[in-house]
Amino acid sequence: MTSKLNLDFSVVEKARNSARVIAEDTQTFIERHTTVTVERTIVRLLGVDGIDDIERPLPNVVVDNIKKGGGLAEGAAFWMGNAMVATGKTAQEIALAISAGEIDLTKLPVQDESKIKAVIEEEAEKMVALISGNRAQRDDYLSTIGEGPKPYLYVIVATGNIYEDVLQAQAAARQGADIIAVIRTTAQSLLDYVPFGATTEGFGGTYATQENFRIMRTALDEVGSEVGRYIRLCNYCSGLCMPEIAAMGAIERLDVMLNDALYGILFRDINMQRTLVDQYFSRVINGFAGIIINTGEDNYLTTSDAIEEAHTVLASQLINEQFALLAGLPEEQMGLGHAFEMNPETEDGFLLELSQAQMAREIFPNAPLKYMPPTKFKTGDIFKGHVQDTLFNAVSIMTGQGLQLLGMLTEAIHTPLLQDRALSIENAKYVFKNLRHLGDEIEFKSGGIIQSRAQGVLKEAADMLEEIENTGIMATIEQGKFAGVTRKMDGGKGLDGVTQKGDRYFNPFIPMMLGGAK
Amino acid sequence: MITTNNGLDLTKVKPYGDTMNDGMMQFSFTLPVPCCDESKEAAKQLLIKMGIDEPQVVDAKDLGVGYTMFTMYGKCSHTIDYTTIEVPKVDSDVMDIHGVEDFIEANFKRDIVIVGACSGTDAHTVGIDAIMNMKGFDGHYGLERYKGIKAYNLGAQVPNEELVANAIELNADAIIISQIVTQKDVHIANMTELIELLESEGIRDKMIVCAGGPRISYELAKELGYDAGFGSGSFAEHVASFIVQELVNRGM
Repeated sequence: MTSKLNLDFSVVEKARNSARVIAEDTQTFIERHTTVTVERTIVRLLGVDGIDDIERPLPNVVVDNIKKGGGLAEGAAFWMGNAMVATGKTAQEIALAISAGEIDLTKLPVQDESKIKAVIEEEAEKMVALISGNRAQRDDYLSTIGEGPKPYLYVIVATGNIYEDVLQAQAAARQGADIIAVIRTTAQSLLDYVPFGATTEGFGGTYATQENFRIMRTALDEVGSEVGRYIRLCNYCSGLCMPEIAAMGAIERLDVMLNDALYGILFRDINMQRTLVDQYFSRVINGFAGIIINTGEDNYLTTSDAIEEAHTVLASQLINEQFALLAGLPEEQMGLGHAFEMNPETEDGFLLELSQAQMAREIFPNAPLKYMPPTKFKTGDIFKGHVQDTLFNAVSIMTGQGLQLLGMLTEAIHTPLLQDRALSIENAKYVFKNLRHLGDEIEFKSGGIIQSRAQGVLKEAADMLEEIENTGIMATIEQGKFAGVTRKMDGGKGLDGVTQKGDRYFNPFIPMMLGGAK
Repeated sequence: MITTNNGLDLTKVKPYGDTMNDGMMQFSFTLPVPCCDESKEAAKQLLIKMGIDEPQVVDAKDLGVGYTMFTMYGKCSHTIDYTTIEVPKVDSDVMDIHGVEDFIEANFKRDIVIVGACSGTDAHTVGIDAIMNMKGFDGHYGLERYKGIKAYNLGAQVPNEELVANAIELNADAIIISQIVTQKDVHIANMTELIELLESEGIRDKMIVCAGGPRISYELAKELGYDAGFGSGSFAEHVASFIVQELVNRGM
């Protein structure tokens, strides 16, 4: 590919190499550890679902029982397999028996290890087959009913009530949306369990539950067949239950998941050891399930300055890319994030935005980049807001972005009304249609504002990555290099759920899913 | 003020389109019925009920689920007596960063400690960051930059208990909280809880407590027991000016 920005790809290569070293260093730490949510994910993937009579999710009941018995280091697969061999019961029956106080997993006599592995692998294969089936069904929909052109029009619904969300989502699909994201209720990322069942009460969003996933999936398949486009469903694989939500999404055929390696650490104050371990398994699952992940670099620019901190976005994208590759997630599923967040008073701001969007395109040619709209400088002036979104859409179509999270004229006022979403889709369709091939027709002036900007940002990112390569990612975060946020190795939420793996530990899903089903 | 006009009566103010007292207003809203002659008539009748004369539907479109979005114009028949309007607002001078710094130096022999957070379940730090972070927002430096102010930004989703505990430990002069998510009035419950906690700890009177956010008005904040509320368009200097002057007023 010829670079419109005249980027020096040896600098890109150097930056990418630094990111690879950073990710690989961290991977050794990750592979020595497990967490309570990783273990609950294994329990879920072994077929355990439901809640007990005080509404505790059964995967929590199982893992809490193991943790209390001091067996977390062996992992849930070991203890569940042991119980299945010892009792002849299914995983679900064992979970119910634990909740009834009839079984204490770590007190059962330890069975033959090869039998434990055999019984677990048999169960695991069933779930892996189900997820492969979902992937095949998505491919089938895409080849039969088709999909909209990129950039996919991505809108959010956030009523708090899954049934109201369905109405809004179906309306958006008929208006032209390609991806529907159901925003999660505001506190869910800090819950160390996943709520159960259909929900109608949430604040600023709707609970991510497996039943809610199922309800929305059915609704989108229905409207997708009607409008002749497969409508993708997106949710949030972040917070304290990253891999569990990945598993639920894989089971219910979600298509897109917010899934960043560092976001929870920086913006939710989740312990860094916990998030790094959790993100790995969640990405293994997302990769295997054919789910496009979205990374959260756009958030750096809502806290920090979009011009001064642009290089941190690129540095983080490169790190996210390497973590994703280690988890077997192909480039085609990496919705690396960035945003149109410069102060609208900036002279030539459009040129700088264009430059950065083109830079991301050229550095990650196969990734369906996720481009986030202006939010920070939306004021409540809906008329100006609509124009800001128009410029944002213009940059996107000129630079071939993948997933266009549509800006709302009412950003900074309320979660989108039905009519806000309609106006925003109309805006994007108009701009995309009229400017469809503009990007193919233009070249940028050699040494001009646009080229120089990208070259400068790239150099800064490469320098930053070199520094991180020397200090390590954890120390870098401790020093506040990303988004100006400082987090400590032993600080934040969820550290007590992290443990070192023991000798008998195994997770059957990693070998089955890593690099599988391609 | 423009004085060339003609017909402006401050006791009877109404909207202005292009002619004094024409009452012209624009509307956009959605009715949960299909787009047809009947729904357009319904939209017009709705505006008439709202006191709008000569309502016109200038655009109507189906939103995909049998609901219709209308864009309309009409002439407002109501008037307002502008001369009797009273709005409670922050009653202190707004100084710039240097003014605040000088004020602190002249009036205090210590640093002013301000603890801020996006409290409760709210995860949106854009507001508290704009007020507190070094960089500030839109060219207005944040409290961290102020000489004489020790600013502690505790970040997002800080439980009120933790916020209060921090404020006590840091010996705070003021607590400021940001509330962005206001869906289903979640902010009201959270804001009320903070005040109740401070009262039960017996320290409500020992600190200035302010709230801010796009949907937070001075009036709402006062009603909930805060010393002040800061809506959209507020910068660090507004908050700082209020806090330092209020500390002096109260002899704190």
